[in-house]
Amino acid sequence: MARKMYRDAVRDTIFEEMKRDPNVVVLGEDVVGGMGTAGGPEAIGGIWSTSGGFYEAFGPDRVIDTPISESAIVGAAGGLALSGKRPIAELMFADFIGVSLDQIWNQIAKFRYMFGGKTKCPAIIRCIYGAGYNAAAQHSQSPHGILTGMPGLKVVMPSTPADVAGLMRQAIRDDDPVIFMEHKALYGMKGEVPDDPDFTIPFGHARLTRAGQDVTILATGMMVGMAEGAADKLAEDGIGADVIDLRTTSPLDEEAILDSVEVTGRLVIVDEAPPRCSLATDLAAIVANKAFASLKAPIEMVTAPHTPIPFARELESAYLPNPDKIEAAVRKALAYN
Amino acid sequence: MQLSREDLLESYRRMKIIRDFEDFLHDEIAKGEIAGFTHLYAGQEAVAVGVCEHLSDDDKIVSTHRGHGHCLAKGCDVEGMMKEIWGSREGLCKGKGGSMHIADVDKGMLGANGIVGAGAPIAVGAAIAAKIDGKDENGNLKVSIAFSGDGACNQGTTFEAMNMAVVTHAPAIFVFENNHYSEHTGFEYAVGTDKDIASRAEAFGMKVWRADGTDFSAVHDTMREVLEYVRAGNGPAAVEFDTERFYGHFEGDPQRYRAKGELDRIRAERDCIKKFRETVTEAKLLEGADLDKIDAEVASRIEKAVESARSAERPTAEDVLVDVYIDY
Ligand SMILES: Cc1ncc(C[n+]2csc(CCOP(=O)(O)OP(=O)(O)O)c2C)c(N)n1
Ligand SMILES: [Mg+2]
Repeated sequence: MARKMYRDAVRDTIFEEMKRDPNVVVLGEDVVGGMGTAGGPEAIGGIWSTSGGFYEAFGPDRVIDTPISESAIVGAAGGLALSGKRPIAELMFADFIGVSLDQIWNQIAKFRYMFGGKTKCPAIIRCIYGAGYNAAAQHSQSPHGILTGMPGLKVVMPSTPADVAGLMRQAIRDDDPVIFMEHKALYGMKGEVPDDPDFTIPFGHARLTRAGQDVTILATGMMVGMAEGAADKLAEDGIGADVIDLRTTSPLDEEAILDSVEVTGRLVIVDEAPPRCSLATDLAAIVANKAFASLKAPIEMVTAPHTPIPFARELESAYLPNPDKIEAAVRKALAYN
Repeated sequence: MQLSREDLLESYRRMKIIRDFEDFLHDEIAKGEIAGFTHLYAGQEAVAVGVCEHLSDDDKIVSTHRGHGHCLAKGCDVEGMMKEIWGSREGLCKGKGGSMHIADVDKGMLGANGIVGAGAPIAVGAAIAAKIDGKDENGNLKVSIAFSGDGACNQGTTFEAMNMAVVTHAPAIFVFENNHYSEHTGFEYAVGTDKDIASRAEAFGMKVWRADGTDFSAVHDTMREVLEYVRAGNGPAAVEFDTERFYGHFEGDPQRYRAKGELDRIRAERDCIKKFRETVTEAKLLEGADLDKIDAEVASRIEKAVESARSAERPTAEDVLVDVYIDY
C-alpha cells in the first residue's frame, strides 16, 4: 500500500499503464504544458497536475498536447481507438463535453453498435467535474447523468484514491469507451492505494462504505463523503445506514442497491446534479420498479436544484447537497409510516 | 494620433480604470477574499479601449474568460462589476455569474464567457441581427465584435463563425488578441498557420488588418478603418492585435513557461499605458500633470469600488432559485 492523493492515483496509474502498454496514448490541452514557450515542455504540467513527467518519459507521439479544440480532441481519441490505440483524452473541465458532444454521443458511443459489433473503441474521456470551487455555471457541472443515458458509454465515478487506481486501470484495459469522471474537489484527498501493478476494480461493482439496517443511501464521487458524514452523525443516534458508493453508473450494480433496499426499506439518493432526468431519478425509477414491495417510505432525493450553478460562495453552498441535507432526508424517510 | 484632447484624456482614463481594476484584484485575490477563477486583462488595455471607443451601446461585443477589460471599455459599471466579482447580490449579475460571466446587454455587452471559442458564433448572430435592422440615416450599420484569444482561434466554433459571417455578409468583426499564450502553451506551438491568425480569417474571405496591440493609436486608427469598412456593409472583417498579458493565465499561475526576465521586459517595453503616456507627453498633446490627475482620480474610484463591494449585500439561499426562467 502507498498513501497518495486522488490526483496522484490518476497520474501514477496512467503512467504505469503507459509503461506496460505502448498503445496507451494521452491527449489534451496543456497535458504537457509549456509547449512552444521559453520554459519548454513540462514547464508547468496540466492545470490539475495529473500528467507530470509523461512527456519526458513517452515523448510527443504518445503525449499529445493539443490546441483548444475539444471536438478534435475527442474525435481524435475515437479515431485512435478505432486504429488499435488506447487513447486517454482529457477534458480539462467536464463542462466542455458541450463542445465535443457529437464526437462522444454520435460517434464514440455508437461505433461498435452501428458497425455490427465488428469493432471496439477503447477510448477514455477523462472529465474533471463537480462544484466546490465557485467556478460558476460553466466550470462546475456534473454531467454524468446525460452521459450515463448514452448507450455504449461506460461511466466511472471514483470517490477515493484507491478506487481511482483500480477503476482507471480497468478503464485503460477495458475495450469499450469509458467516461472517467474525476471530481476536482477530491484531487487533494489522501488514501491508501494498493501497489499491485494489476490492481483493477471491475465495473458494475458498488462499494458498501457504511453498513446499517435502517436506511440505504446511494452516492457517487464527492457525494460519497457527504453521505458518510451524514451516516456517522445518524449512527450517534443509533440509526444505521447502508452507504453505497456506486463507483460506476454504467454499468450499474443494481443487485447491490436492491439487496440493500430489501433490508432497509428506505432509500435516500444523493446526486450533485440537478434532479430532472438525472442519475437520481433513474435510480429511483429502478428501485420503484424492482423493489416496490420492500419500500416502507417514499424515496428521498438530495440533489442540486433545477438551476444552473451559481457563482457566489453562499449560493454555491446552498446549491450543493451536504451532510445536513442528507441527514434531514434520512430522518424524513424514517419518520414516514 | 488625431484625437482631441478630451478624447485622449478619456482613452487614458479608460485604460487606467482597467489597469487599476486588475491590479487591485490581483492583490485582493492574493488575500483570498475572492472566490472562483479570475483571469486578469492587465497589459491588453489598449485593445479593449481602442476598439470600444468607436462603439455605441447599440453595437455589440462578445467577450471571453478574460473579460473585465472588454466590459469596462464597453461601459459596464465599475462598482457593479466589482460587486459581481465579490459575489454580491448587488453585483451586475446578482452574484450568479462572477468574473467569467459579467454581462450588461443594455450596454451591448453580451457576456464574458467561460467556454473558450463560444463567443464568435454569438457575435455572428448579433451581427446578422444588425444586418436585419439595416443602416441608420448616415448609411452605417451597427456592428458586432467577437473578441477571441490566440487559443480560442483554434476552436472549430471560431472557424465556423468566420465562415458563416462571410456567407451571410454580416457586419461582424473578429478581434484576435494574440497575447502569445493560451494557458501555459505558446501560440507558436498551437497555431499552425505559420504563427499567424489573421491569415486564417483572410482564407475565409475576409478583409484583415494587423496592428501592435500595445500601441493605443495604432489600435484606434486601425479600428477606425475596420469600422468604416464594416459599417458601410462590406461584410465581416478581422483584426489581429499583438499584445501582452501582464499576469498569469489565472491568478495563482506560477508562469514557469515564461522566459527569464520576460515579464520585466514586457512591462518595460510593451506597456500600452506607459507608451501612451510617453507618446502624448512627448508630442505635447497632454501634460504629465493631466495624466497624474487621472491616475489619482482612478485609483480612488477603484478603491471605493472595492470598499463598496466588500460591504455589499450578500445573496441568500433563496436567490439560487430565481432567474432560471422568465417567471422564476
Ligand atoms: C472550451 C474550453 N476549453 C478549454 C478551456 C480552458 N481554458 C480557459 S482559458 C484557456 C486559454 C485561452 O487562451 P486564449 O484564447 O489565448 O485567451 P487568453 O487566456 O490568452 O486571454 C483555456 C484552455 C475553456 N475555458 N473552455
Ligand atoms: Mg492568449
